[in-house]
Amino acid sequence: MLKVLYFARLREAVGVAQEDISPPEAVVDMNGLMAWLAARGGAWQQEFAGSRPLRAAINQELVPNTATFKDGDEIAFFPPVTGG
Amino acid sequence: MAVRVQTEDFDAGAEITRLRLSRPDTGAVAAFIGQVRDLSEGADISTMTLEHYPGMTEKALERIIQQAGERWDIFDALVIHRIGELKPLDQIVLVLVSGAHRDEAFAACEFIMDYLKTEAPFWKKEQTSTGERWVEARASDDEARQRWMEKH
Repeated sequence: MLKVLYFARLREAVGVAQEDISPPEAVVDMNGLMAWLAARGGAWQQEFAGSRPLRAAINQELVPNTATFKDGDEIAFFPPVTGG
Repeated sequence: MAVRVQTEDFDAGAEITRLRLSRPDTGAVAAFIGQVRDLSEGADISTMTLEHYPGMTEKALERIIQQAGERWDIFDALVIHRIGELKPLDQIVLVLVSGAHRDEAFAACEFIMDYLKTEAPFWKKEQTSTGERWVEARASDDEARQRWMEKH
């Protein structure tokens, strides 16, 4: 099980702030997870199929899309940050 | 070294005084304040809402300050970043760096802001006379961060 958080414009687009998911065992890295989420269709397809810039974090650390995760990790997806 | 993420406003003068007096060998305090502008791409801003990722935000800011401390000989640093609803001319962010001399304090202060802009998980949403929109990240912010990697 993974805890997944969505923020800002992405959260509004998919209509979910947080969920627990159990992707198939073959899904081990962020690229795989994004493809799996995109397959939900609709806004998920638009946001996760690569056409929009997205950042990802595992356990509150920014990671590249090739990063792998393990059961119990906290995953987050969000648009490029705009603080300051 | 301290990080605060808060809805309340801050008193930059009081924070500067505290940092300035915390060590008698302090010779310089560099300060940066960011504030909400009243215009965005020609539209009047009525409100700006700042969202963040609780937990990761604090970790990211602490790491940025730590990196600045490893890179420059500074005494102390403080970052205060506000969240929630802000109005034009409200303060958003305060960065303070103290040290023996100005060169290191200035550089570390600028480094912290450039990294905050590209790595700390905050997002701005503007409410304007023509509706609301999420602020887009700017390429110039990535370039500002990149120049710190080219040095050294």
